[in-house]
Amino acid sequence: MSETRWDVVHAPVMPAVALGLSPHSEPFWEAARQRRLVVARCTHCGAYSMPPKGFCPSCRRQDQQFVEVSGRATLYTYTVVRHAVISALAVPYVLAIVKLPDAEDLKMLSNIVDCELKDIRIGQQLEVVFQDQADGVTVPRFRPVH
Amino acid sequence: MKANRQAAVVGIGSTNYFKRGRSSPATIQELGAQAILAALDDAGLAVDDLDGFVYFALGLDTGWFAEALGVPTIRFSASAGTGGNASASSVALAATVVEAGVADVVVSVMATHQPPAARFGSAFAYRPPTPESDFENLFGLLAPGHAFALIAQRYMHEFGVTREHLYQVVRTQRDYGLTRPKSLFDRSITREEYFSARMISDPLCLYDYTLESDGAVAVITTTADRAKDLPNPPVYVLGGAMAGDGRWGRGMNWLGMDDDLFTTAGTRRTADELYAKSGLTPGDVDVALLYDHFSPAVLLQLEDYGFCGRGEAGDFVADGNTKIDGRLPVNTHGGHLGEAYIVGMTHVAEGVEQLRGTAINQIPGAEIALVTGGPSGLPVGAVLFGSSAR
Repeated sequence: MSETRWDVVHAPVMPAVALGLSPHSEPFWEAARQRRLVVARCTHCGAYSMPPKGFCPSCRRQDQQFVEVSGRATLYTYTVVRHAVISALAVPYVLAIVKLPDAEDLKMLSNIVDCELKDIRIGQQLEVVFQDQADGVTVPRFRPVH
Repeated sequence: MKANRQAAVVGIGSTNYFKRGRSSPATIQELGAQAILAALDDAGLAVDDLDGFVYFALGLDTGWFAEALGVPTIRFSASAGTGGNASASSVALAATVVEAGVADVVVSVMATHQPPAARFGSAFAYRPPTPESDFENLFGLLAPGHAFALIAQRYMHEFGVTREHLYQVVRTQRDYGLTRPKSLFDRSITREEYFSARMISDPLCLYDYTLESDGAVAVITTTADRAKDLPNPPVYVLGGAMAGDGRWGRGMNWLGMDDDLFTTAGTRRTADELYAKSGLTPGDVDVALLYDHFSPAVLLQLEDYGFCGRGEAGDFVADGNTKIDGRLPVNTHGGHLGEAYIVGMTHVAEGVEQLRGTAINQIPGAEIALVTGGPSGLPVGAVLFGSSAR
């Protein structure tokens, strides 16, 4: 077994987690498959929300659409996960909450990838990357902009 | 003479505490029933007096208790929630029920029983998937500690709070736990041990997490009139809240809260409600029992409940204010971090003992105690206990 490298950020690869796709979430994952990052937005009042639940929390209408954003983000907070809650999971990996400036600083949970742990800073600029998993799901993650 | 239905806690009881899974072959119901009997005994009451039940966990069932313990009459039964946010709520609800005359003797009971298949802190990924869970599982947010670490990291970044401050929280509570006969720890912790401990999810290390424990605690609430004839000094419920700012939403289970709320415990609205209802202020509180699933939760609640300003809780603890001779002793029973994790109910029991004057780590002359439920999702409960009626 290879030695764990603690300085390099892995992407978390979830073993056999079934997607609980609903009409409210499915378009997000379909867009990711097409290399597009989308977020839920109310067609009436324009308010953003994530994760999508079908209702606009501002005007209460049930008419959300997914709109594409550029994938630029800033790092709001993160944690380096060093304990594998599921044994098949490679650690460490980095959970992050990013803010999307194109969507009024909407917060979104994701991961930081493609960098060393020592280079992660709250407030840093990020860009989206799309990573294909073996199970056919494409996951939008973020990496520092150099 | 006018009837006085003000709610008072008159009995507390608990089983022994066990490391996760070690209470087998006892079932969760059996642990709960043992705690109920112990609490009734402490109250000087019998099963025949008991007519109400409040829970906040799955697995406890009024029908089962009625069968097993031969409870003759049930007049009220409800769940106050499904997790640690409802620990104090379970007593607040019991008090409301008693004061409204819906029932006369109500037990609030929590039992945890965690064989491997039913771990409390187990991975979210093992739960049935939902549209929301896709946005957690796929990124590897799989446990409560991951969520709390994200909140703690931002809080520490904004306010200059450090791991030294977290160590002070843990150390204080481990020291309190030393004198507790049912504690699952047999010693305190050194700074060296803390800082060389395994990091689980930065900035949280092993000792910032609660143990996972088995056991049960029950609390009996009745009216002030009834309490007069009972052996223990009544501990009055001066205020109770099951509240929250709607913008907190599912909180730790969402993580999309607005910036001004994100670095809190999400319990400021609960605190406001509690102080307004009771007419008390933070300065009136003699001892605080703050829900501590993770060490930063203690700091965030010290701020939310008004004991210090935003970002000041780390220094508040490091300066010794939460120790037994400090301005506001906190979690004098050791709490989850220093005794056992019965999902907030040991905090309720400690609040009662402090005001009876029988606590193991007794605060001299304590008259007002705050007991809080766990920062997680809405609503979060809290109660204020007093040794005198309002």
